Amino acid sequence: MEFVTMLLQTGLGTLFDVAPIVAVLFLFQAAVLRRPPPNAGRIALGFVFVLLGLTLFLVGLEEGLFPIGETMAVQLTSAALGDAAASVVRWDDYIMVYAFAAAIGFATTVAEPSLIAVSIKAEEVSGGSIAANGLRVAVAVGVAVGVALGCMRIVTGTPLPWYIIAAYAVVIVQTFRSGRNIIPLAYDSGGVTTSTVTVPVLAALGLGLAASVPGRSPLIDGFGLIAFASVFPIMSVLAYAMAVSAIARLRGSKRE
Amino acid sequence: MRVTALAALWRRLADALRDLAPIILVIAFFQIAVIRQPFPDLAGVALGLVCVVLGLALFVQGLELGLFPLGEAIARAFVHKGSAAALLAFAFCLGFGTTVAEPALVAVGDKAAEVAAEAGAIAGSEEARNTYAFRLRMVVAFSVGVAIVLGVLRILKGWPLHHLIIGGYALVTLMTLFAPDEIIGVAYDSGGVTTSTITVPLVTALGVGLASSIRGRDPMLDGFGLIAFASLTPMIFVLAYGMVL
Repeated sequence: MEFVTMLLQTGLGTLFDVAPIVAVLFLFQAAVLRRPPPNAGRIALGFVFVLLGLTLFLVGLEEGLFPIGETMAVQLTSAALGDAAASVVRWDDYIMVYAFAAAIGFATTVAEPSLIAVSIKAEEVSGGSIAANGLRVAVAVGVAVGVALGCMRIVTGTPLPWYIIAAYAVVIVQTFRSGRNIIPLAYDSGGVTTSTVTVPVLAALGLGLAASVPGRSPLIDGFGLIAFASVFPIMSVLAYAMAVSAIARLRGSKRE
Repeated sequence: MRVTALAALWRRLADALRDLAPIILVIAFFQIAVIRQPFPDLAGVALGLVCVVLGLALFVQGLELGLFPLGEAIARAFVHKGSAAALLAFAFCLGFGTTVAEPALVAVGDKAAEVAAEAGAIAGSEEARNTYAFRLRMVVAFSVGVAIVLGVLRILKGWPLHHLIIGGYALVTLMTLFAPDEIIGVAYDSGGVTTSTITVPLVTALGVGLASSIRGRDPMLDGFGLIAFASLTPMIFVLAYGMVL
């Protein structure tokens, strides 16, 4: 019974979130375009599927995965504290936390619905030369590295802008060395990684870590993990594209 | 027809299960090998996982049926109509409307207000905090509206994306030097939280649809990039908000 109420509640919440989008679509459809899109019935059915799917997805996460994920984030960060001397914080006291951060960052990104959407589209538009699964793994690796580094930053208390601006510099260099085709997709992949699944888990991790490391404040140091998770995938997707074209060149030269 | 639809759904379920395997493995591994405590509420977790797998499969099916075709149909209809002003107005409303109600943004806004009160940038009263959080949300929603307008304009004009994005990075870097410390973390994170699960597919399909219906535009080169704008402009606008305040 409790489960059913939760399902209804989340369903209503999702409906409420979608309401502005639907309102904008209807307004412009009625006032400007004045012609219903082809296959309007199918599209409506698709919307119902999306809403139903998202609701089930969110309920499942809240019911099954988030509680464990959050408990684990808290347990791991406080477990590390046990070995650390209270006054001096060394970055390597928290290696297990970094490992967990990287693993959970990778895993939640692979399951991120909006990344699935963009990668399906990318495979379709590129005519298959960009594999949907390859792209997703590349993005997930970027998030893993970014989040682990972000946790290290919280532990060491170094300023956030240094990391993010250095990451920008790397992205700019990579941009000028990559094929033109991949650049827009790579930039997009930074924004899509952090949605439904990743943000709550990362927020819990950042807050837990900042609360347990002596000398850090959860309010001020807890921010920043999402920023890491949005910049590093750009790098890893550009690197993935460079690797794919390098391998293709190697194969091509062997065949000749 | 019915058989193929069932087969498609079946394949989606298998895909969803594979997509979730890493999460299950990571949690099981750390629970068993590192934390070494018995699994709390195994039945609840199993039920949750079944919901997540079903939900993901339905969502992906719904994308192909609804969101993708809709985004592309709208793009084609606007190009057919030929009014750039109407398209840009639509772009702004889509960006603003989808962001203003975004739950992740509401959460970040509330936390940011706490940080600002702690740092003494605003008064500690609840009213002052609520005003701050509300204004921050409006600023971010406005910035996403601007982002989609800029992104659509770029597709129409065929400007190279990386010039604009690198210019944006330079602006963020410059503003970071002058912005108050307590806003920086909030600003950097706000770029990531704006793009929700329903907005992303719709906006991506819109971009690709525009680029494929306008002559001389390449869907791969010009179609992607709208999301990139939507994660960059909030940083700039929130930094500016922190500086003005």
